[in-house]
Amino acid sequence: MSEDIATEEDGTTPSKQDTVTQPARPRSSRDLLRSGFGRNLGLVVALVLLCVVGVATAGDTFATGANVLTILRLAAVIGVVSVGMTFVITGGGIDLSVGAMVALASVWATTLATQQLAADYHWVFMVTTALVVGAACGLVNGLLVAYGKIVPFVATLAMLASARGLAEIISDRKTQIITVNSFTDFFGGSLIGVPVLIWIFLLVAAAGWVLLNRTTFGRRTFAVGGNAEAARLAGIKVQRHTVALYVLAGLCCGIAAVMLMARTTTGSSTHGQLYELDAIAAVVIGGTLLSGGRGTIGGTVFGVLIFTTLNNVFTLNNLSISAQSVAKGAIIVIAVLLQQRLARRSTGS
Amino acid sequence: MTGLLNMTGIVKEFPGVRALDGVDLDVRAGEVHCLLGQNGAGKSTLIRVLTGAHQPDAGMIRINDEPVQLNSPTAAIQRGIAAIYQELDLVPELTVAENIFLGHEPSRYGFSRTHEANTKARAILQGLGHAEIPVHRTVGSLPAAGQQVVSMARALSREARLIVMDEPSAVLDPEEVSNLFRVIRSLTDSGVAVVYISHRLEEIREIGDRVTVLKDGATVATGLDARRTPTKELIQLMTGRSIEYVFPPRNEVPDTAPVVLEVVDLSRPGEFAGIGFGVRAGEILGLAGLVGSGRSEVLETVYGARRAATGFVRVNGAVLRPGRVQDAVKAGVGLAPEERKSQALLLDEAVFKNITVSTLGRFASSGFLNNRAEREAAGKLALALDVRPPGVDHPVRNLSGGNQQKVVLARWLLRDCRVLLLDEPTRGVDVGARSEIYALIRELASNGVAIVLVSSEVPEVLGLSDRVVVLREGRAVHTGPAQEIDEHQVLDLVMEGSA
Repeated sequence: MSEDIATEEDGTTPSKQDTVTQPARPRSSRDLLRSGFGRNLGLVVALVLLCVVGVATAGDTFATGANVLTILRLAAVIGVVSVGMTFVITGGGIDLSVGAMVALASVWATTLATQQLAADYHWVFMVTTALVVGAACGLVNGLLVAYGKIVPFVATLAMLASARGLAEIISDRKTQIITVNSFTDFFGGSLIGVPVLIWIFLLVAAAGWVLLNRTTFGRRTFAVGGNAEAARLAGIKVQRHTVALYVLAGLCCGIAAVMLMARTTTGSSTHGQLYELDAIAAVVIGGTLLSGGRGTIGGTVFGVLIFTTLNNVFTLNNLSISAQSVAKGAIIVIAVLLQQRLARRSTGS
Repeated sequence: MTGLLNMTGIVKEFPGVRALDGVDLDVRAGEVHCLLGQNGAGKSTLIRVLTGAHQPDAGMIRINDEPVQLNSPTAAIQRGIAAIYQELDLVPELTVAENIFLGHEPSRYGFSRTHEANTKARAILQGLGHAEIPVHRTVGSLPAAGQQVVSMARALSREARLIVMDEPSAVLDPEEVSNLFRVIRSLTDSGVAVVYISHRLEEIREIGDRVTVLKDGATVATGLDARRTPTKELIQLMTGRSIEYVFPPRNEVPDTAPVVLEVVDLSRPGEFAGIGFGVRAGEILGLAGLVGSGRSEVLETVYGARRAATGFVRVNGAVLRPGRVQDAVKAGVGLAPEERKSQALLLDEAVFKNITVSTLGRFASSGFLNNRAEREAAGKLALALDVRPPGVDHPVRNLSGGNQQKVVLARWLLRDCRVLLLDEPTRGVDVGARSEIYALIRELASNGVAIVLVSSEVPEVLGLSDRVVVLREGRAVHTGPAQEIDEHQVLDLVMEGSA
């Protein structure tokens, strides 16, 4: 019956209709600032500034192709975790257990039994194990939050503790060395001159962007995070969607575990220490609102790159890790202050 | 009466908008000064300037002939200005007494004196005629009307000389409103000035002394006599055209029209019991009753947002599982909830995303959204419903109340709803846009939608509905054609026994 009203109007005012059927394209500078590119502009500037500093202080080592690949390789693992984190935070939650899930997935995928299976048949078994373990942890998180009504902070804090504990039990706190050469060969290798790890990061980021911005799943994520009650009354299955978001984050941790296993050729209960903080920091400076309802994958990727580049610049200049931490903290504060300014401006009227 | 507050030439600009463009307002001690204007006329911004929340870009504020700068809410409070906002600014987790004295808690050596606070709070509430509100209950557990009283008590605890009330009656039922007016009169008798904002002209007639009318961020008339200025003149000033509430003509609903929605013996302990009615295709059924009579609860239970304890709901003959919103939505039921902002809208999202949120599947193939198709479908509806400003890419936050309501209606239109549940569809909608919403609702009915309407404004229920169910304390006390009952009879029915 909505058609009735619509067609009736169409018949009488064809000229008006034309203006609507053409989707509005942002043209003015203000619209541009609001578009995805514009919102990331500040991050691009920050990254460029960092690079300028890098070139100025350690030009001969910083501006080499090898160093760029190093930065990207280091960014890849935490980047994949951050993409998953972006979904959870945009959906109004938070996941503190990502680091622990990475550790558990890496340990489980490198037990003697799993490695034997992989050696006998294919390394796919190790990858599958990591992904399943990550997704299963995420499922538990999601069920606790959505149906157990435990606040995300607490539910995932519990997972943080128990997943890492379980990883310690399974590995007996020993580092498990990967002996399956086919696994390390594949994930340690390169494709068209670019390491496989970087390809995975790019793939996950691209898939994440599409999922968040071009699918019903993404739209519902914004709705659930922006106003869960309105989403429920609009007929969205809010609880089921919440579970899916945590599973997605867990899955990303599984992928990250595989990448970390390849980079270090080990599985260990100490993998992924403090990843939750790095990932949340990257997501937040990328422009995703901690309160939910607004999130950008592009921003998250830039956030990760900024932190990794920062580390790199400091390392090349032989500055201490402690100094890095101070700089990191400062960047987070500045980014969030800027973000609040922008948010106030957009809702000021 | 002497001049207490004098504002001249107030200008306030936001990026892209000149919200206030030369507002003059003068308020005398001991008067009720009414502020009239459509949504977006600048009332809220003016209040925010007055309470120190916004700084004006130009203009002068004088209090008792002394120029002042209100550069923070604290500064305004110190000058004796307090405000009761439309969206109450209470802390739900704190007790009534703690809320009343928030920011100036009775204390000694830094230790709070709970007993003293409770005693004082009790005294203030008694003065307001609400001694029954327990001062140590948490505010979140009070009904809306109770929270309003607490908010007012807070203003009084500051010993304010000027109290701004932004639509205080919006959440109150008639009895509460007369109580509110009694409080206002006792305040003005003691020399306090009240700036009163309301969409209801009849209230302004009853309580107001003088009226200032705002339009498009500027004062168009000031110092009008609240009792004698003709309604037509006020509306003309506000809108630039003269209109009053116009209810569209009813259309005959044939007895052969199918009963689309059947509600049978629905109950929820403590809320309502034994509610039953049927709505035919093309019919508008009105639910009238006081706040707390169970009107909204019935509606939300029909929709499945609350789980019925007994009874059931049938749509086109199929029983809906209780407590399942998705079942209701699938069966073609839509709800425009009472709290538009918190229950229906994604305020920061674009208009088209708000319209398509319940029909996303239709615009997707294997999960991928077709943005263009979404914009087109939403654009057609926005055009048909005359959503202003035109276009579907603005965030909904920037729309006025009436246009936000249209967006919610458009959402369910897009779904081809067979049953539409409307809870306070004109709450916060300005006078000009109301008739539009009324016409729209009637047009939906003409197209065969079964509509259930809840409103706290009795004339609205009677003027718009075909049949009326009157609720009192969770029970239906009258069911019959809307034309055979008048406002006084309805009020008698709902108040009987409670007075």
